[in-house]
Formats: sequence, C-alpha cells, structure tokens
Amino acid sequence: MSDKKKKFMQGNEACSEGALYAGSRFYAGYPITPSTEVAEILSVRLPKIGGVFMQMEDEIASICAIIGASLGGAKSLTATSGPGFSLMQEGLGFACIAEIPCVIINVMRSGPSTGFPTGPSQSDVMQAKWGTHGDHPSVVLTPATVQEIFYETVRAFNLAEIYRTPVIVLYDEIIGHMREAITLPEPGEVEVIERKKPTCKPEEYKPYAQSNGTIAPLAAYGEGYKFHVTGLYHAEDGFPTNNTKLIGEANERIVNKINKNVDKICINEEYYLDDAEIGVVAYGVSSKSAKFAVKEMRKKGVKAGLLRPKTIWPFPDKAVNKLAKQVKAILVPEMNLGQVYYEVERASRGQCEVKGIFKVDTEAIHPNQIIEEIEKFA
Amino acid sequence: MGYRYEMRFSGSGGQGMILAGIIIAEAASIYDGKNASQSQSYGPESRGGASRSEVIISDEEIDYPKATSIDAMLAMTQEACNKYNKDIKKDGVLLIDSTEVKNAPKGNYKVYSYPISTVARDELGKIIVANIISLGMIVELTKIVSHEAIEKAVLARVPPAFLDLNKKALQLGFERARELKPLS
Repeated sequence: MSDKKKKFMQGNEACSEGALYAGSRFYAGYPITPSTEVAEILSVRLPKIGGVFMQMEDEIASICAIIGASLGGAKSLTATSGPGFSLMQEGLGFACIAEIPCVIINVMRSGPSTGFPTGPSQSDVMQAKWGTHGDHPSVVLTPATVQEIFYETVRAFNLAEIYRTPVIVLYDEIIGHMREAITLPEPGEVEVIERKKPTCKPEEYKPYAQSNGTIAPLAAYGEGYKFHVTGLYHAEDGFPTNNTKLIGEANERIVNKINKNVDKICINEEYYLDDAEIGVVAYGVSSKSAKFAVKEMRKKGVKAGLLRPKTIWPFPDKAVNKLAKQVKAILVPEMNLGQVYYEVERASRGQCEVKGIFKVDTEAIHPNQIIEEIEKFA
Repeated sequence: MGYRYEMRFSGSGGQGMILAGIIIAEAASIYDGKNASQSQSYGPESRGGASRSEVIISDEEIDYPKATSIDAMLAMTQEACNKYNKDIKKDGVLLIDSTEVKNAPKGNYKVYSYPISTVARDELGKIIVANIISLGMIVELTKIVSHEAIEKAVLARVPPAFLDLNKKALQLGFERARELKPLS
C-alpha cells in the first residue's frame, strides 16, 4: 500500500513547506545547527518561485534583512538557534515597536553560548519572551510533531499579519530533525491571511493610526506610500515623539494587542484531562515523553492527563489555572532547569502542588522519569 | 491493542546509520502503510564520533520518538555496541558487524554476527554500502517491513548511478541473513 499524498520528511523540512504555503517569499539567515535545513531547503526552493534567499554575514543582519523585506511587502522569515537568536534580540525589539510582521524560527539547542550544537534543549523559552529589552508583545508557538510544525509555521505567518508583530516558532533539535510521514494540504485547504493594505491616498496614510483598537494597515515601500519607521516611540505618522502620553499609550497598545486576544492566540491540546487527578503540562519534545507516560499510567488505571500548549507565549494562564483547580498536582517536564515550571506555578495560584522534572544532558526526558513522578501522587 | 516496534542503528559518523534509519522508517510508513518516526543523535563531526538513529514503527500514533525498549539493533562499531546495547529487550535482535565489533555482548537477546563491512568491500567493491547490506539483513531477521517496501525505499533514497549496486547490497543482505544463526 502506498499513499502518494503522504511524504516522509523532517521537522525542518515541514517548516520550510509551511513558510512556502503561507506565501513567504523572502528568507535571510545565517545557517546554524540544528536549524540549517530550513535555510538549505529554502535556498533551493525560493529562487524557483520568484522568491529571494539571502545568506547574511550574521544573525543581526539576518533579522534586519527580514524586517526590511517585510516593509517591502514580503512575508519574510529567518531560522536560527540559541546563539543566533541571542544576536537577533535587538532587531526583534525593533520589529515589536515598529510593528513589522515577520517570522523567526528558533530550533533550540543546548546552551548557553555555543553549548552543544547538535544537542536538543528547551532552554530558550524565557529568552523568546524576554530576550529583547522593554515591555513588548511576544507570540511564541511550540509545535510538537512534524505535521504540526507545518501548520504552526503557517499560523505564525497568519498571526504576524493579523497583529503586525514578529512571531517566533520555537522547537528543539529532536523535533527539527525527526522524520515522520506528513500530508501537505492543497492550496486553499488551510487559511492563509494576507496583509491588509491601506486604501487611503498616500498623502493621508498614517502607518500607526489607531481607532477603536484596530491595527493600522501596513503599506509596502515602493507602492507610493512614503512613511517613517523608527525604533523610537513615534506618533501616528511614524515620526519620533517626546509626548509622554503618546509614549505610554503606544507601549500599552503594542502589548495589549496581544494580551487582549489571548483566547484567539492560545491553542492547547488536552489529552485525558476530563477526569484527570494528576496533570502534566508539557510542550514540544517533552510533551511527547509526557504523552507516552500518561498513556502508560492510564493503562494502569491512574488518572493522569496532559495539557500541551501549542502557544507558549502569551502563556495559557486560564487553562493552567483551570487544571490546577481540578488536580492534586501538576508536573512540568522540560529540557531546561526550570522555565515554564515557574509560569505554571504562578498560574496555578497555590491550588495544587507543582513539580518540575528538569533535564539538560541533551537526551530527551525518558517517559519513565515522568511515570515515577506521577506514581508518587497516584 | 496496538504495537510499538523499536529499532536502533548505531555506528560511527559517516557510516550511514541515520540514512539506514530513514530508509527503513520510510519503507514502513510510505510503502507499508504503517506509522513510523525516525530520530537521530550525532556529534558535531561529519565523520567519526558516535552516531545513532532510532526508528519507531507502530499501528498507532507515535508519541515518544526515542527508543525505550529495543526490538532490533544494529551495531557497526565496538564503541556503539558497548554504549547502546543495554536497552535491547528480552528476545530482541542485535546484529553486529564483526569487522569492527570483536567482543559481542551477552544478554537475554539474540546476537547475530557477520563481517558486514568486509563483505561490502570484498564482494561489492564499496565499503559504503555496508549500511544497505545491514538493512537487508535486519529486514530478513525481523520481517518488520516487506522486501518490496525496503527495496522501494532504498532505491528512492540512493543516487541514480548507484541503483544497481544498492539493489545488489540489499539482496546480499537478505541472503546472508537467511543462512545466519544466532551466537549461542
């Protein structure tokens, strides 16, 4: 039996396919393990369909290039790993304050610094939220399967366009390099959001106009609209301002455009949660270990369940709080020394015990490690 | 009740262990219609260093992609054999390349020993197809995928100029495994 629609591919390949499906036609980046395949594949594919692939001199240039390309009207992306993501933080903040849609793929490896390049990790979760300075919006997606990397990459582009903000797709070496059979949807099967363009005359265009909480459309350079873009706080016309009222409003607005839409942005998978007495909150590769553990526990009649955020930022406070009300304990396995664990503890508000299961030896968390902890509460 | 079949291909970087894993997972999922996932673990070197590839085959959704209790393992080097044999389950299968692996481990599983690299070099003239011979042997010993599926998967992954060579390597693997008895 052979299914022609099924393709056996790697997570990073699915990411590239997702970017192309979403209509991205510009990639700039500096190759780095374990994200290199995204660049490798797009360097072959993009030029064939009229897109642009640019290898940059470093990651600072890479994020600046995708910001520039986005201002030119392209859906743009870059892919990197921890060391490169560190260098991108300045540009990331610029994209946040200047409200420029773009997508950053971070395939996590062991850190800090160059760490262990081929070793998986989940230790950039807090960096994805707070790596760039200042209060800023953060939208970070955490897929856990090859098929999901495809869908979440498409969703990242959609969210970037809807909210005019950078979106990060965060996964790890294991999922990035793992191969599974996936089905690539036909064009039109999955929603793709296109950028809203201004309809006013160019001389009337205000790139940061705000009325009733709407987000101003972003004109593309080269289409007759001339406007100013800066990392300084700016007024509706895009030019810098010293007006403290406008500064405060602008900062609140860029953060609130995400915070007020948490319910639309946060997506979770619930696995055996209905009657769960012991909860596991896990994302990315660790959620795979957790799912295995929960399945084993259920076979033994232990009521364990898994909450798996596909959006890690904004944090799914409501779902975690609801779970904390229901269960005796929540376990948080992650391949770092405690990052999402503290968020779960915060969102649980003391309603149940919260325990972390941490591992940084670059081997995936073994399901038995989670099973042992679940059994302590069973 | 669903099954979960776990395989590990281990050796040194450059021996094609990751490719062997990809090919058998592809045979299972694309050509045999099962679910399969392949993952890998390797060092920063492009040659040398320990390299391993793990394949899970199941009729259900595969959650955890790494091996927990191995049904079949291949070891192409002594280092890989020593490092990775501990997870083989009772009555599982271990195939070792006796060209490199001089000390076969003892356990409650079946150990098959064959000079895979030597045969690749002497009989087929290319040591590089040792991984494809191994695939043929593993498939013959375990029957985890069909001969048709593994042949299609091999031929889909190798460069056109080497189709015949790889086809021969795979057939050789089937034949030699058929005659092979486990070490007692």
